[in-house]
Amino acid sequence: MGFRFVVEPWTAAAPKRRAALSLCTALAAAGVLGSLVFALAGVAPGAAWLAMARGALGSAYSLSEILVKAAPLTLTGLAVALCCRINLWNIGAEGQFVFGAIASCAVGLFAPAWCPPHLLLPLALAAGAAGGAAWALGPALLKARLGVSEILTTLLLNYVAVLFMEHLYFGPWRDPEGMGFPGTAELPDFVWLPTFGDTRMHWGLPLALVLALALWWLLARTRWGFRARVLGESPKAAAYAGFRAVRITVTALCLSGALAGLAGAGELLGVQHHLQDGLATGLGFTGIIVAFLARLNVLAVPFAALLLGGMLVGADQLQTDLRLPGTAILALQAALLFGALLGEFLAGKRVRVVRTGKREDRHGA
Amino acid sequence: MALSVDLANLALLGQIAVNSSTAVLLASLGEIVTERSGVLNLGLEGMLLLGALAGFAVGAATGDPAAALGAAAFAGALAALAHGFFAITLGANQVLSGLALSLLGAGLTGVLGRDLLGAPGLVLAAIPLPRLSAIPVLGPALFNQPPLTYLALALAPLLWWVLGRTRLGLLIRACGENAGAAYASGVPVRMVRYGCTCFGGALCGLGGAFLSLSYTPGWKEGMSAGQGWIAIAMVIFALWKPLRALFGSLLFGALIAAQFLMQTAGVQWAPVWLLRAMPYLLTIIVLTLVHASPRLRRRSGPPANLGRFFRPEG
Repeated sequence: MGFRFVVEPWTAAAPKRRAALSLCTALAAAGVLGSLVFALAGVAPGAAWLAMARGALGSAYSLSEILVKAAPLTLTGLAVALCCRINLWNIGAEGQFVFGAIASCAVGLFAPAWCPPHLLLPLALAAGAAGGAAWALGPALLKARLGVSEILTTLLLNYVAVLFMEHLYFGPWRDPEGMGFPGTAELPDFVWLPTFGDTRMHWGLPLALVLALALWWLLARTRWGFRARVLGESPKAAAYAGFRAVRITVTALCLSGALAGLAGAGELLGVQHHLQDGLATGLGFTGIIVAFLARLNVLAVPFAALLLGGMLVGADQLQTDLRLPGTAILALQAALLFGALLGEFLAGKRVRVVRTGKREDRHGA
Repeated sequence: MALSVDLANLALLGQIAVNSSTAVLLASLGEIVTERSGVLNLGLEGMLLLGALAGFAVGAATGDPAAALGAAAFAGALAALAHGFFAITLGANQVLSGLALSLLGAGLTGVLGRDLLGAPGLVLAAIPLPRLSAIPVLGPALFNQPPLTYLALALAPLLWWVLGRTRLGLLIRACGENAGAAYASGVPVRMVRYGCTCFGGALCGLGGAFLSLSYTPGWKEGMSAGQGWIAIAMVIFALWKPLRALFGSLLFGALIAAQFLMQTAGVQWAPVWLLRAMPYLLTIIVLTLVHASPRLRRRSGPPANLGRFFRPEG
């Protein structure tokens, strides 16, 4: 007598239960895959996970660092989620993040003296959003007008944005008094985002949370949101209803770029204060994982950002304790993404154990 | 701006152009086979890196070219198999699965290759073919190249023949165009798709090995530098045809060669950052031109069932 596993569709599962199930599967699969990566790297998985937990949750400072990372991740996660809700892929949040940082840095560095200082911070943030939106405009127009794959255009522009930023801080914007260190001069402190107490937590996080609510409202409660959702669910229905697909596509991608640009501006004005190496560390790309872990639900995005932020902070400890390179986090993120895909598959299914053997055969015959 | 373009210069230029096109050509040929069978694999960037590291590591350990290339192809095929499991068996979102594969390649190679950075290893140098390489200009360009470049150049017409002129090619295309009809007429759709996906991964792995064994010998983190993504764009430019991929890749190589020539001649017609960004920007421009040209669009589009999950029962 033997057993056989049968995977069958499970339509009766409630949506909330399915969401929970898919998240648990994602985390479990990520744990297994991540352990495999650690083992391949010659590190005991248990020790690695412990180091990560200690690094992320070990002190009040590390907890605050998670929130520092959660701010940009919420914004880039929202950027990706917004696009995916209408079947667009913004793989270029990284480039838009960089361009947002460049634009806000320009405001901080080159604002004329007559400009009132207290206006500069809002101006720099607005410039960041505008920079991100501008970087997304090209792919948006190409997609909407000609149908050029936005996956490829947004992704390829990431490389261009990073090269341009390096050009700026190695070249024309380099601080002449920087002792040969590549990077711009420190921005004047009146364009810094205020921080909370002694931590590096800055006002970017509350801003991101407000924007998450605003985006939820936009998608769920406004006419534009309705049209965008119809377009995402069924382009044919949208065309039949006379919605302008081109305009909705361009608006959505630019809005998405603006969110990612704002994330870059926040990282520059709130944390780094220089345009320098180490600003573009994949926070834009990680937004993709944040969005899909939140199952494209914008109100769940901040929680997913918290989780990914914890992973990022914990991964720093892997570098110091176990001398693993910084790219280890990419492998863990891949594990999480594969896990999320597996979770999505299993959430709509249930596994039943079926007995196979002589007795059943007789029944069958 | 006095550029001396004599024969020797032209030969060198041609040699660099063909050489620089190899990785993109191998990766895009593999992706053409994969996509023709109906599977979209966006993980080329990751598979290039995995192939580059596997080829370099095994080459450095054994000194055996065959083992190194075998390891690279195996690594690429194994990664593609993972994508295939998610795409073909689970019916997961193929874009996301491909992105995850790209991330995995970058992360895993960074971790596993940390002790190999800058280490010496096996080098697969150019092998001039007797007689043929003595032909002026064309000789050095086409017949004084590393082995993987010969392989890539030979594979393009071979795959054109297989895909377009053989029964196997017909089966592959049937799976990509109309999986339901193919299945109904007895084609094991999922087996064919698995096979094509793994074949594509193996070619991509070899493309990676070319980078670490011939193009810039040695292992460097992230050494594929976006060539996997350029190869995906190349598939669209090539309208899913192997010979057009050969043409497009040579064009890409010529761009790299021109850039090299300008640099050595001291001609600076654009800022350095823009020159370095040129491959990415030109890829976008070329994609735009392909989409804007009604003639090209009429000629051939993507396989009708590209990226669509096929469930045999339904």
